[in-house]
Amino acid sequence: MTGSPPAPAADDVAGGAADGVAGGAADDVAGGVAGGAADDVAGGVAASSPSSFLPEVPRASGTWTDEVAFPPRSRYHELVESYKASGFEQLSDLTAVDYLTHPGRNLPPGASPERFEVVVNLLSLSLRRRARVRVQVPEDDPVLHTLWDLYPGVEAMEREVFDLFGVRFSGHPDLTRILMPEDWEGHPLRKDYGVGRVPVQFKEAPGPR
Amino acid sequence: MSDEFDASSPDADLFEEVVGVRRAPRAAPSETSEGAQELGTRSATPLEELRREEGAVLRIPEGAVVDVGDVDVERPTDETMIINMGPQHPSTHGVLRLMLELDGETVLRTKPVIGYLHTGMEKTAEELTYVQGATNVTRMDYLSPLNNELVFSLATEALLGIDVPTRATWIRMLFSELQRISSHLMWMATNGMDLGSTSMMIYGFREREMILALFEKTTGLRMNHDYIRPGGVAADLPDGWEDDVEIICDTVLRRTYEYDELLTGQPIFRERMVGVGSITADEAIALSVTGPILRSTGVSWDLRRSMPYLEYGQLDFDVIVGTYGDNFDRYAIRLNEIRESIKLVRQIAQRVPPGDYRAQDRKVTPPPRARIDESMEALIHHFKIFTEGFRVPEGEVYVAIESPRGEIGCYLVSDGTSKPYRLHIRGPSFVNLQAVPTLMRGGLIADAVAIISSVDPVMGEVDR
Repeated sequence: MTGSPPAPAADDVAGGAADGVAGGAADDVAGGVAGGAADDVAGGVAASSPSSFLPEVPRASGTWTDEVAFPPRSRYHELVESYKASGFEQLSDLTAVDYLTHPGRNLPPGASPERFEVVVNLLSLSLRRRARVRVQVPEDDPVLHTLWDLYPGVEAMEREVFDLFGVRFSGHPDLTRILMPEDWEGHPLRKDYGVGRVPVQFKEAPGPR
Repeated sequence: MSDEFDASSPDADLFEEVVGVRRAPRAAPSETSEGAQELGTRSATPLEELRREEGAVLRIPEGAVVDVGDVDVERPTDETMIINMGPQHPSTHGVLRLMLELDGETVLRTKPVIGYLHTGMEKTAEELTYVQGATNVTRMDYLSPLNNELVFSLATEALLGIDVPTRATWIRMLFSELQRISSHLMWMATNGMDLGSTSMMIYGFREREMILALFEKTTGLRMNHDYIRPGGVAADLPDGWEDDVEIICDTVLRRTYEYDELLTGQPIFRERMVGVGSITADEAIALSVTGPILRSTGVSWDLRRSMPYLEYGQLDFDVIVGTYGDNFDRYAIRLNEIRESIKLVRQIAQRVPPGDYRAQDRKVTPPPRARIDESMEALIHHFKIFTEGFRVPEGEVYVAIESPRGEIGCYLVSDGTSKPYRLHIRGPSFVNLQAVPTLMRGGLIADAVAIISSVDPVMGEVDR
């Protein structure tokens, strides 16, 4: 974080839900991990990128994360590769979100929403920066190129995303279920997967009144 | 459930009736391998996976391709043996199951098989409000529950955009460091037990109990406190907390030197720790390993120092690093981190400022108990916060802090309602477990227990 100026505070794009509580989220982040914007997706505010040679993809700045990139699926692997080449040595986290019931989320211009979104958090130990890559994955063809060839530590995380969301990673060496049993049906973290309920005895019985 | 599950069968109707959704038919089996999670025999393992296990990790950053000739795929399968360790093995720290391929007593390949404690906590979090959320995440890493609550609260506050009072921030740091001491003491205890030192087991639990007593005094519970909440902490520090903290610091610090005498220089202990389970810095970074395992390789990476959160930037402490990346380095790092945390706790205890312990924001924090008796609005607010919860503006955020086991991250997505749209916890144990095959490779089966212990996995967090 040394020397990187904080991103300019963006307009409150989240609407009126935050009456009177906006601003100042980064105050307790001594050393300036993040810019001052409370909203994470700040409508295409260009972050101060250390790497101007990254492929041109829609970007935003964020809280606790220096920049968020929204590559199309075809350029996802290429983008992560260029991040790695520009000093992001470690992949902190890979997860996914199923936006089935919340399709109208805030994306910068140029990124078209799809049902699934795979979220990759990259960390640069040398630059002390974090970057996030959010890639849209359509429902009818939930396949993404694996990152295992770049970051071997992604192996278990991609297996977890496959297990719980059903997003497949082509080129992954061992794409099996990791948390659920092998013969489990369905992918539990999808929004159309019911949480189920425990049958309650005498539920239909008349109450005391 | 049979393999040929038919969506039109009476079974499917029953499932729909009980569970409430129609179960989707399975994906075609050719698309993926949903088959065995177990370690396959050598002849049935694809070359890519063998490459990974045979040390491909190191060579990938250099862009070099593994020489296929190095990979011993021709080894007859009857010379090696695949055995199970766990999930009920007493030294696997919970329900961890390892499948080991052995050649005599030498470990060739290791595969952690997890999921035995999976309870769908991330799915549960989508059904709980932000007020209830901390009670859920606190049960993930049950040896450092306050760090789980802290990362969840920081993520929620980042989306809310609220300020936390200074006193609450310092209380959070105080408890986070005390939690680190208690977690490392617990590790010293179980590690001692794994290596046959039952005295260390007793000592570790004894000291940890002092810290848990202070937690109980403050939060009401020894574990799973739900103490750090969005907006601050649940209660103020109890009267006389300074004395308790001082006693804890004095006692634990004095006893770390007793541990030195008991373990550090002891030949049997050193024999089992020094040079066992080595990993290099390149491997550790490539495998996304964080925490004491990464620091044991000489990488000085501690989020409290490298990317300071809360008020850690104001405090004076050392980041402990090792040299060889072996079991002994990880032991030494954890022992010395106890001392560093004591140093931090003493600094924090002197600097905890007076003031509010939670944000005075009526949208987020409930009104004080006394106000409820005299004000109808306070009663309504109280009721609304605990039934409906508060609404969090749309957005997403990834917050990472340093837990005793490494980087614990929280990826939180809000759709503007009072429940998280998606909550993902990046568990350090889950990621660190991937290093076990590298640590085990070429070692002896007798060292397996020591290596698992030195990784310090908490299965509640691995499986979530």
